[in-house]
Amino acid sequence: MSTTTESPTRRPATHPGERIAEWTDGRLGLYKLAKSNMRKIFPDHWSFMLGEVCLYSFTILILTGVYLTLFFHPSMNEVVYHGPYVPLQGVRMSDAYASTLHISFEVRGGLLIRQIHHWSALIFIAGMIVHMMRVFFTGGFRKPRELNWLFGWSLLFIGMFEGFTGYSLPDDLLSGTGIRFMEGAILSTPIVGTYLSFFLFGGQFPGHDFVPRFYSVHILLLPGIMAGLVAAHLILIFYHKHTQFPGAGKSEKNVVGTPLLPVYMAKAGGFFFIVFGVISAIAAVATINPIWTMGPYRPDQVSTGAQPDWYMGFSEGLIRVMPGWEIRAWGHTLVLGVFVPLMIFPLVMAAIAAYPFIESWLTHDKREHHILDRPRNRPVRTGFGVAWLTVYFTLLIGGGNDIIATHFHLSINAITWFVRVGFFVLPVAAYYATKRICLGLQRRDRDKVLHGRETGIIKRLPHGEFIEVHEPLSQQQLHVLTAHAQPRPIELGPAVDENGVARRSSPVAKIQAKMSEGFYGEGSNIPKPTAEEYEEITSGHGHH
Amino acid sequence: MKKLSARRRHPLAALVVLLFALAATGGLYAALAPAPKAQADDSAQSLAIDEGKRLYSVGCATCHGMNGQGSSDGPSLVGVGSAAVDFQVGTGRMPAQQPGAQIPKKKNIYSQGEIDQIAAYIASLGPGPSIPTKEEYSPAGADIAKGGELFRTNCSQCHNFVGKGGALTDGKFAPSLKGVDPKHIYEAMQTGPQNMPSFPDTTMPQDTKADIIAYLREVDSSSSKNPGGFTLGTLGPVPEGLFAWVFGLGTLLGIAVWMAARTTKAKKS
Amino acid sequence: MSESGSHNDVSENLPGEHGARGSEPAVKSDPFANPGLPPHEYRRQDIDERSAKHSERIVAGLYTLSMLGTIAFIACFVIFDIDKYVYIFPFGHVSALNFSLGLTLSVALLGIGVGSVHWARTLMSDEEIVDERHRADADDELRENIRQQWITGAKESGFGRRRLIRSTLYGALALVPLSSIVILRDLGPLPRNSLAHTLWSKGKVLINSNTNMPLRPEDVAVGSLTFGQPQGLSEADEDFQDQIAKSAVMIVRLKPEDIQDKREADWGHEGIVVFSKICTHVGCPISLYEQQTHHVLCPCHQSTFDLSDGARVIFGPAGHPLPQLRIGVNADGNLVALGDFSSPVGPAYWERP
Repeated sequence: MSTTTESPTRRPATHPGERIAEWTDGRLGLYKLAKSNMRKIFPDHWSFMLGEVCLYSFTILILTGVYLTLFFHPSMNEVVYHGPYVPLQGVRMSDAYASTLHISFEVRGGLLIRQIHHWSALIFIAGMIVHMMRVFFTGGFRKPRELNWLFGWSLLFIGMFEGFTGYSLPDDLLSGTGIRFMEGAILSTPIVGTYLSFFLFGGQFPGHDFVPRFYSVHILLLPGIMAGLVAAHLILIFYHKHTQFPGAGKSEKNVVGTPLLPVYMAKAGGFFFIVFGVISAIAAVATINPIWTMGPYRPDQVSTGAQPDWYMGFSEGLIRVMPGWEIRAWGHTLVLGVFVPLMIFPLVMAAIAAYPFIESWLTHDKREHHILDRPRNRPVRTGFGVAWLTVYFTLLIGGGNDIIATHFHLSINAITWFVRVGFFVLPVAAYYATKRICLGLQRRDRDKVLHGRETGIIKRLPHGEFIEVHEPLSQQQLHVLTAHAQPRPIELGPAVDENGVARRSSPVAKIQAKMSEGFYGEGSNIPKPTAEEYEEITSGHGHH
Repeated sequence: MKKLSARRRHPLAALVVLLFALAATGGLYAALAPAPKAQADDSAQSLAIDEGKRLYSVGCATCHGMNGQGSSDGPSLVGVGSAAVDFQVGTGRMPAQQPGAQIPKKKNIYSQGEIDQIAAYIASLGPGPSIPTKEEYSPAGADIAKGGELFRTNCSQCHNFVGKGGALTDGKFAPSLKGVDPKHIYEAMQTGPQNMPSFPDTTMPQDTKADIIAYLREVDSSSSKNPGGFTLGTLGPVPEGLFAWVFGLGTLLGIAVWMAARTTKAKKS
Repeated sequence: MSESGSHNDVSENLPGEHGARGSEPAVKSDPFANPGLPPHEYRRQDIDERSAKHSERIVAGLYTLSMLGTIAFIACFVIFDIDKYVYIFPFGHVSALNFSLGLTLSVALLGIGVGSVHWARTLMSDEEIVDERHRADADDELRENIRQQWITGAKESGFGRRRLIRSTLYGALALVPLSSIVILRDLGPLPRNSLAHTLWSKGKVLINSNTNMPLRPEDVAVGSLTFGQPQGLSEADEDFQDQIAKSAVMIVRLKPEDIQDKREADWGHEGIVVFSKICTHVGCPISLYEQQTHHVLCPCHQSTFDLSDGARVIFGPAGHPLPQLRIGVNADGNLVALGDFSSPVGPAYWERP
């Protein structure tokens, strides 16, 4: 075995592991890669783990998904069931459904893997929503991370369809009802709807094609795209280095935390096993999607409580609360009752995707940001985020209106009306309430900086006056409460320039200035204490 | 009072107030909710129809009329048959506590003997479906899989895949079928109580009804198998999503907080 | 300072050296200045070997627990039959295999996970390290360099000068994706008017879905609900699903005086009326029939139709009434269709008149 190296002064590799590393380095430049990454710093905060929940549940989905493909038959050929599940013996069903029953009742551990797969999917998307909200409310999407925001958003959007196609594969009565809905939604598309539907289903609904077609989309196309996006997302996280909350020693130019090797590797690696372990425990004790109780899909059968998985719930809500508008003219029908919600659904998603670009347009902010915002310091953004969540959850209520009606003894019609009105009213109310709360918190921060922390200790002064003792903040707290920048709104400039010629501002510039005023004007921020104010108060001019 | 006011800013104060408010609301509701009707008297048996008529005039005639002809408060009972009486009174739905969109089931206050007497009286008013015999509704020997198919065609649209019930319009609902006596399920299919349509023997023969009952007993009784574990009510994706958020993501977030929390530092000495 | 934080920088960690560790230089007079990283504090495990040993035992114990979990997993896999059920409170009669495999797997995984995290938290260094950030964009020199390279390359290609090449290339690139669209043509047949027709036609007998027997008017009681399908359609048919998706019907009988819509009464038979079971919203099999109100509710999106008034939409997202099937009685006394539905069944679509 030769261990010749190019440089005679180079210390020969001794450990076998080192020799493998040398070999790889000579071919892939491993050491140059490791130089900047092996001791990469990751700040520690619980909310920075949310993305990991998603990454690991995605990994679990791939692992369990590969296992399921070994047993699942993506075929709609009709078979008669003769397996061990008594209530379906002798029933006609598709091969897809029969093989799912086979996985559940005849493959040892098959049911467990199926349940882990499905629970992971629900947690994957729930994790993405919460992760996205963390990034949103702390302003983690700002330059240089806008593209990563879009990558993450795309993962959420594609993840929903990945989930939907997977939910449809067993061809049970519940998922078939979901597919039927999809067909109806596609049919509502003006002009090309029927063509799209016939091309998707290979003819009339349900046909014999959608399971194999959804299968290739579910196991190949979408996961392939998602794996690429996940890789890009992670590469960018490494490249940009993680954001951090304001704190002692933390600045826009540094990153403070523990190194990848060994601490973060142990924590992140351990967390993968924890996520997998928790989901396994859930799959052991709680049933998910018991397709055997639902029976095979037949387009003339249905069950009440027909719902999609939770992540499609908001689109289900849109569909349920929309009034049944239809326009018929010149021998054609425009199915607004279905088409309008079908169009609002991507708009709800796009609103949150576009937000970073709108915000930077309104600030003219070209700087890089690595210190996260405290949500209270950006009242308009926080208000917008809460309004978005309000729309989202109001629609979720709409999507589950039948289950809510039976379990809270309410009228389904009343809930529908509540959602119809709430869709417009609640986000506005939530926006204003959130903004007020943020401003209140800003005022409290200001008071704390200027007057110190209320200790709750009441002291009686010699002349009889009672005062509450205020404790000055530590330097670190003072810094954290004042570290944020307060941008000034964009101004249009004087209407008349220095030569006395009237300047004309474009309507876009006017809108921009108006919105910028709304974001950063006086009504949207409490000015943070200045050094002068602080000096004046702390240099002994009275206590309060 | 001073003590109370001093503690109002305690971190647990909000919780205490909340519990207090909940207890007060619950107590008020319990106090104001209408109490069950008084017990029917438990007299000895005589001729079934006469005795049934007597029971009828006490418990039912107010709404259904002295001779079962019906009134603005209750439908005519001529021709509903003894099966309808056995179902309505046997499940406690009748006599109704109060009129409403739907009369819910409650504790039955009549003995089976009394129910049979009222049923005999009602049956004497006009021909209608009679109380089924045990052989008719017994699930023994019935075809469970056929029952499942029939259930999904005829019943699950309101009662859910495995009979957990579901919502109807304006606050009405299809009740859960768990624990319901097979006889009552049979009678409900036969007579169509309240807003439930009937499935008479002419369109759904007796043996197919038994198949449905057998299916329900297989999938929705306390001895039913839940291979995957806790069923979350078998209500579909809504409770599943809730469970994933609360127990799945909730647990993981709790663990994340533990992972990121600083390890206890050594005390400075 | 090197790109990766180094342990030799500990001295910079001392408090009082504002901004020494990469943060912006502090203005002396700024009362809100960044105080710099606080001094590192030691954990019990860092200074007390007994405490560190204790942590080590916990970590090793968790890893051992994981090994036991895997062994138990294999044991359960071998021991339990797949059709063995056990009663476990509060979950009910659960599959012994699913329950035991899931929990043992969970123990095996959590042992590794919790052990590693505990190791990292108690025994690995918890000293915070500072690393510098670098801007993503290039400096002016590199920017100019790249610009020149680009200009040289562009010039050498002649792309800007040779406009014929340029325009034809654009044309070719614009056209070439068309073939990938055209090749998808055979995904399915053209719709033509297949959505507008069902198996129902004049004289087709209504078959009771429960019994597979023809329905007679006297079978259908007031307040009852029956589901039907056209004669000749069998579950074994190749296109059964496609056909039943359009031709499933519900048969109800109202008191003739309750029917408010004259056409509905005319198209029925002695109060028996037959409507499509397929919701006109997005096609769910609608059939939540309330026999007292004559409302039928869709379980998917709560469209509500009034069967006593021509199946008019009274609530929800559906846009038009359920199509009615005109019926009569044939010579054998069975209910028969007198034609196809008056309008296409199921969800509306662009070509629907």
